[in-house]
Amino acid sequence: MTVTSVSRTTDTRTMTFTAEFDAPVSRVWNLWEDPRLLERWWGPPTYPATFEDHDLRPGGRSNYFMTGPEGDTPRGWWKALSVDPPNHFEFENGMAGPDGEPDPAMPSMVVKVTLEERHQGGTRMISEIEYPSTEAMEKFLSMGMEEGMTLAMGQMDALL
Amino acid sequence: MYNHMVVQLAEQTDADRLFHALADATRRDIVTRALAREHSVSDLARSYPMSFAAVQKHVAVLERAELVTKRRKGREQLVRGNIDAVRRTHRLLEEFEAQWLDRLDRFATVLADDLDRRPDPTDDTERRSAR
Repeated sequence: MTVTSVSRTTDTRTMTFTAEFDAPVSRVWNLWEDPRLLERWWGPPTYPATFEDHDLRPGGRSNYFMTGPEGDTPRGWWKALSVDPPNHFEFENGMAGPDGEPDPAMPSMVVKVTLEERHQGGTRMISEIEYPSTEAMEKFLSMGMEEGMTLAMGQMDALL
Repeated sequence: MYNHMVVQLAEQTDADRLFHALADATRRDIVTRALAREHSVSDLARSYPMSFAAVQKHVAVLERAELVTKRRKGREQLVRGNIDAVRRTHRLLEEFEAQWLDRLDRFATVLADDLDRRPDPTDDTERRSAR
């Protein structure tokens, strides 16, 4: 896999990731559609995800929880907004309360995934994420983040 | 002080990533200046080869992103950079991006493993139609 580009557009609060895989489109699609495959990569190793429901059809709902090192189980949901297998789908992803119901006080984000066949074979996957407000993003990041994860703040710190 | 910062900023080869919340050079420059001290919009407008309205628009974009705050003083609009927001936004976007890159990394690993286990791609066509 090669991530060929990452771009951010502040005005629309979107982050776009383009990645290429040496696998046919249908196989890449499977990783999103099949909950047993999906849960192997959705959460980080410290917070693996378990999808109790997963329905990648328009209006379909997915319910999942993640299991943290302390046994905490933050819950999340997906709502499929549009689905055009095996090339495109959009879903909303948010956090849920302990009862599994979407928590209206918690943020959600919209993810658009496009799978294209490359001329030379293989698949180009474009994931466009419309991220929430700064405050909302903070909440998202606290869910399933590896503890003590430190990230390079780069030269920005030096500048400031 | 702001000159020092502007120089440093100009030297960044990857200024877009540093001020990831800012899409263009003028806006980055406005934030840098406004972090150093308060500037009036008309003062800022004189610094760029563009109309007052265009600069005002840039300031509005920054204000919406909470990277600057604006206050009125008489007939002037004064702009000040919000250093906490700049730092916080930067950190959050970096983390958010890192989280998705990690996720893509795991995606690739699971995909490779799945291809190893079921090399024949026709498998999943059958599987799908069987649903």
